[in-house]
Amino acid sequence: MNPNLTYVLVVGVLFAAGVTLLLERSLTRVLMGVILLGNGANLLLLTGGRAGGPPIVGTTAEGDMSDPLPQAMVLTAIVITLGMTAFLLALAYRSWHLNGHDEVQDDVEDRRIMELADRDEGPGTADNDNGDGDGDGDPVTVPADDRTASPAGDAGRGR
Amino acid sequence: MTWLVPLPVVMPLLGAALTLMLVARPRAQRWVSLTVLSATVAVAATLLFLSSVDGPMVVEVGGWVAPLGIVLVADQLAALMLVVSAAVTLCVLVYSIGQGTADGNEETPLSVYHPTYLVLTAGVCNAFLSGDLFNLYVGFEILLVASYVLLTLGSTETRIRAGTTYVVVSLLSSLIFLVAIGLVYAATGTLNLAQLVDRLDALPDDLRLVLQGMLLLAFGIKAAVFPLSAWLPDSYPTAPAPVTAVFAGLLTKVGVYAIIRTETLLFPGGRTADLLLVVAALTMVVGILGAVAQSDVKRLLSFTLISHIGYMLFGVGLSTSLGLSAAIFYVVHHITIQTTLFLAAGLVERRGGSTALDRLGGLARLSPLLAVLFFVPALNLAGIPPFSGFLGKLGLVQAGVDDGGPLAWTLVAGGLLTSLLTLYAIARVWNLAFWRAPHPDMPDAGDTVRAARTDGAEQPDREPSPEASSGAVLPRLMIGSTAALVVLGLALTVVAGPLFDISTDAADDLLRRTPYVEAVFPGGAP
Repeated sequence: MNPNLTYVLVVGVLFAAGVTLLLERSLTRVLMGVILLGNGANLLLLTGGRAGGPPIVGTTAEGDMSDPLPQAMVLTAIVITLGMTAFLLALAYRSWHLNGHDEVQDDVEDRRIMELADRDEGPGTADNDNGDGDGDGDPVTVPADDRTASPAGDAGRGR
Repeated sequence: MTWLVPLPVVMPLLGAALTLMLVARPRAQRWVSLTVLSATVAVAATLLFLSSVDGPMVVEVGGWVAPLGIVLVADQLAALMLVVSAAVTLCVLVYSIGQGTADGNEETPLSVYHPTYLVLTAGVCNAFLSGDLFNLYVGFEILLVASYVLLTLGSTETRIRAGTTYVVVSLLSSLIFLVAIGLVYAATGTLNLAQLVDRLDALPDDLRLVLQGMLLLAFGIKAAVFPLSAWLPDSYPTAPAPVTAVFAGLLTKVGVYAIIRTETLLFPGGRTADLLLVVAALTMVVGILGAVAQSDVKRLLSFTLISHIGYMLFGVGLSTSLGLSAAIFYVVHHITIQTTLFLAAGLVERRGGSTALDRLGGLARLSPLLAVLFFVPALNLAGIPPFSGFLGKLGLVQAGVDDGGPLAWTLVAGGLLTSLLTLYAIARVWNLAFWRAPHPDMPDAGDTVRAARTDGAEQPDREPSPEASSGAVLPRLMIGSTAALVVLGLALTVVAGPLFDISTDAADDLLRRTPYVEAVFPGGAP
């Protein structure tokens, strides 16, 4: 069976729109993107099987039956997508609850390490041993600059 | 004995239902989980024994004959994976129980933890046993959905932030997988792995390449292969220690398992072998360079996790018997060791109050036991002889040298460099967190500093008694389960010979393909 061109075009449009939305920062739009992509994938699965009458013995002649397997798979996929949509909605709501928005944030630790690299300080190289190699407790003197830079939470202050 | 095959999936699922009903009784919940996972270990071990004696064991779910119904197949590779992952999940469960009890969760337990954890186990087992592409997808979804819940447990701000990335990336990979399944079905009219063997062989080469590429892309994201690995170090470290440990040990390896299975069974002939080798080299080197740059123990370990996925791909890309068998051996080794290291990192966090390297110090003196629990698996990961990490890498290097191509030699060099850099990264953790003087911000060290300061002398290096401090902060169950995993890691070295025999057998079966197909269709594929 040749796939129906309308289906193929619809799948293409759904995927294109879904990917565009997925690239947004707002979690709600990402969610919309996931839903569109999910529907596109389901339609694609459906297109893969033979079209025809209901696959029930006695109702349809054997040669005219549609392929029931993609339909069963689509049902499973729909259930999974439904669950994931609910979960993402909960995430977006919780994010809005905590931050007042649902924008996906940057990785804090990543930014901190990049700042350290910009200032040409290796991470964790603040060697407080005095270099006598005994590894024993030399008095700990953390440079003031290091101290302010070290706690992960500090990056939140926009240093 | 084929009735044993579905048990690793069914038991955890039933256990999950039972623990969900027992939400009000945390003690009963714990016992149910422990019993279920212990039974899973026993069943998995039996399956491994039976499958190595009698060949692959097949169950047709619901009694529907093979191409119509779904099959579960326990061959040596699947059974070996089952044994290791069941053992690791059991140890991590004990660890989390220890942590929960110590943190006083007895009164307000996170009621969903146990059911979700068991569902995760069921998903992992289902993915390993699945003999059907769509069932593999379902297995992935089961474990992923459970992992979403575990990762965002408590829904604090950082976990929501990290969870968002993780969920969206995983959803995308699942969608790609689903699309690939749709295409495979449209092209061949079946999703049964054993039946696909012949039908895919009959397809035109270009079409096969597209299908293979789609599946590789989907599994590559799940396995955190280099260009697709950026999500991992962002999301894993924020979860509670036992959750991170079990994720690090198992989830990426399920992706690797899926790659091994599809590459050998469905798409032999190595049309993507060069691609796999290049990607493996990049994964190793870029991953470990990331680890070197980190200043947080958990993030550093996440990067070593990515990096060492490269070793497994190396073996798969070579697709020789020795290469594959070393890769399988390496998967087993890495599941155990990476989990142990994350559990040890959890202990470091409890003891030192942080996992940031610049806020830790002196742990070797404050808690010698913890130091040993970290040091042994750390050396094992870096591949110091005679540990299993060394043996696995030796096998891979040997396979690379046997191959002899320029790409294989590059990979050998990359593998050795990565091993060296792993040692460097691990040694940095050791120096900063364990060997230097205790940091004043650390809980106990800080106490002594404050005590010293009131005496007028600023001497932070006063000897605190190790027994008093480590006993109080580190609960016995957590220490015990970590120690059990360390011992398991060492045992891999001791039984390396028999283990390598099993992995070689598994690799040979994978390369011949016929044992798998004949087990599913005794009379030949329809």
